[in-house]
Amino acid sequence: MAQVSSIADEQSSQSITLRIARYNPEKDNERRFMEFNVPYEKWTTVLEAILDVKKHFDHSVAVRYSCRQATCGSCGMIINGKPRLACFTKISELDSNVVTVEPMNNFPIIRDLAVKFERLFDTHHKIKPYLDRDDTELTSDAKEFMQSPEELEQYIQFANCIKCGLCNSACPTMATDSSFVGPQALAQAYRYVADSRDKGKDSRLKIIDDSHGIWRCHFAGSCSQVCPKGVDPAMGIQLLRGYMLGFRS
Amino acid sequence: MTQDEHKEGIKGMVNPSRYGIERVAYWLMRLSGLGLLAYFIGHIYETSNILRGRVGWNEFLELTQTTEGHILLAIVIAMCVFHTVNGIRVMLGHGGVGVGKPARPDYPYDPASQNYRHKIGIYSAIILAAIAMMYGLAVMFGE
Repeated sequence: MAQVSSIADEQSSQSITLRIARYNPEKDNERRFMEFNVPYEKWTTVLEAILDVKKHFDHSVAVRYSCRQATCGSCGMIINGKPRLACFTKISELDSNVVTVEPMNNFPIIRDLAVKFERLFDTHHKIKPYLDRDDTELTSDAKEFMQSPEELEQYIQFANCIKCGLCNSACPTMATDSSFVGPQALAQAYRYVADSRDKGKDSRLKIIDDSHGIWRCHFAGSCSQVCPKGVDPAMGIQLLRGYMLGFRS
Repeated sequence: MTQDEHKEGIKGMVNPSRYGIERVAYWLMRLSGLGLLAYFIGHIYETSNILRGRVGWNEFLELTQTTEGHILLAIVIAMCVFHTVNGIRVMLGHGGVGVGKPARPDYPYDPASQNYRHKIGIYSAIILAAIAMMYGLAVMFGE
């Protein structure tokens, strides 16, 4: 069932049809789409269009967002078939008169566009996302852990991850394997393995050396193509596999 | 897949249209792998006909000398070449070879792992498979 509503602004010269997926697991048997005619300017983002709909027509549309500047990683969704951040995607970039927004694939739906992140955070936590070493730099007589710019370059790209889940949503293995660790966690495993201050490489590699771990990645590269922060999880995973195969030390 | 899990499923996994040539290569790799597996099973069945003696063997072998048999073998040649060449590319990538070096990313964040080396590898696999298939067709139909 589709509903068409119009909030076209007299001052705006352009408008699109925004199709929003609606689904409440507690009430609905299947997903349906509601359609809204929304005005936009060349700088209008998909998130702003959704918030326009909430403000003017249907405040019950469920969407998670916070920073509106691609920093918090909250507003990931499928926009015209591809995982994207709604706050980082301009309507004018999509080159379409119809913009369809759906919840991210491979994440359980809470309602409408909001999905559960528990599993993403669980797998992230599983790979020990912290410096693993016995000593500390926090005691008064200890020296800080020194690191050269070259050593920093080895992992800083992967430290940009905002845990938005877009990579897990695009991954073809995640599409069929509920137990797969996922590109987000594997890229973060590389981030800590490559950090010269970390001493937990062996234990971290042991965690991902599993039939549903790193060996399930087939280098399709879709994770890297959708990452809004340039993390390139596919590169991290292959470099990490290089450690496991003995090509890197 | 249940709606609770909201997995994209096989349909999403095999959809090659959204993520560039790398996802097309991923899809072709699976398709050619399954095709070669099916051919391998068929090949074992075919060669087992030798147990029926020379006449039985020749009778079965004639099935491959038809137009359909030639086309099937040409497709097998293409699958074999693509799977081999792309497999070498993927294996090198899995070892961290040719996937780029970590560096601070600049907008618009073109992923270094999807670099021209791998794209050349994918296009080479497709072109070599097409050439091998055409050569096979020329040999089989040129008799």
